[in-house]
Amino acid sequence: MRGVSLELQSGKFYVLRGENGAGKSTLLRMIAGLNEPTEGDILIFGIENKFALEHLGYMAHAPLLYDELSGMENLRFFAQLYETAKSDAAKNDAPLIEAMRRVGLDPALERRIGQYSQGMRQRLSLARAIFHSPDLLLLDEPFSNVDPESALAIAKLLAAMRDEGTTIVLVTHQVGLLSSLADEYILLSHGQLVDRGVMTKGLA
Amino acid sequence: MSLSISKLTMVNVRKDLQLEWRSRDVFNSMLFFALLVVVVFSFAFERDESRPVMGGLIWIAFLFSTNMALNQSWARELRNGVLDAYRVSPAPAEALFLGKCLGNYVLILLLECVMAPLFVIFYNLKSGGPLYQLVIIFLLGTWALVVNGTFFAAMSIRTKNRELMLPLLLLPISLPAVYSMVEATSIVLNGDGSPWAYVKFLAGFCVIYTTACFLLFEIVLNAE
Repeated sequence: MRGVSLELQSGKFYVLRGENGAGKSTLLRMIAGLNEPTEGDILIFGIENKFALEHLGYMAHAPLLYDELSGMENLRFFAQLYETAKSDAAKNDAPLIEAMRRVGLDPALERRIGQYSQGMRQRLSLARAIFHSPDLLLLDEPFSNVDPESALAIAKLLAAMRDEGTTIVLVTHQVGLLSSLADEYILLSHGQLVDRGVMTKGLA
Repeated sequence: MSLSISKLTMVNVRKDLQLEWRSRDVFNSMLFFALLVVVVFSFAFERDESRPVMGGLIWIAFLFSTNMALNQSWARELRNGVLDAYRVSPAPAEALFLGKCLGNYVLILLLECVMAPLFVIFYNLKSGGPLYQLVIIFLLGTWALVVNGTFFAAMSIRTKNRELMLPLLLLPISLPAVYSMVEATSIVLNGDGSPWAYVKFLAGFCVIYTTACFLLFEIVLNAE
């Protein structure tokens, strides 16, 4: 990334666009604290990003799940890592079942995720990112490997989360899906921010 | 810190043991390697002439089996990028480190329990000193290997030649502990003297390296 300065409003839905290698995923990883910027700060709701992790949901290219565990077992493990006053996910399964339901997965699914299809893994990965109702949701290509109906359902779910107050930053090449759902686009090229605007203008 | 390290450590231990119970990747490869060492060396030595080198032989088997286990236990965290999910959670890095150490410790102790009767059978092994001394040496020696090994395996996990890197990093650092384990074990097996000086050294080694690795682990985890 080179000289990127960006301020995002809470409760808005942003789409990060750009060609392959533009730096979209790197920017998301930096916001999530997985990559360190060489200079500058990243603040989430006014707090340095590494101290604001409980406010963050992150979904990457890879599913970030254990193949040997079932969907619910994966979510239960991660829920225990978020055992804060804000989330009671570790104490009962209700938020986990709700997250599974929201992404269209059967909560009773006891199969190990090594046996899931790519699309199911992708949806479970989204459930892992949202079960603790994060204030900021970072999503890297959430529609890849997902069938068109499920992709539309996920897009609508994200729009509903935005309406509930979650700030969403999403990387995708399937911008058409979000044309009427997202608020703003941010265009990156060669590691630099080159344009930003309301979603319809971005699609024009 | 709102999250309890001890509680999250146990969450990680449970998860690691559950993963291992289902896949048995780590334990099977450790067991196979340790068996190989026992059988190969049983051909190299006559049953009674192996006694003077038994301390070294036992620890060679466990040292290299440990190497194998530690690499695989971290490789599991890299598969599907799961380590990133841990890093973006508010859970402290130290809980992951201690959880991994304890999980590996349980597995390696289990391996030692399985292997002990085989050493007795293949090498006609008898302890010249009290058995409880051997138990203490093995508990401390195994922890010394595991705590260093878990730390250095985490350090080498993102390198291209991680299978090579771990022994290169681990063996020189662990040399004083390995020497103490071997000497103490030989003393007890041969029943010729007191192993306590070596045991005390091992205990000190464990305390120092556990503290250092615990404090430095977050830097290792977040290094790119």
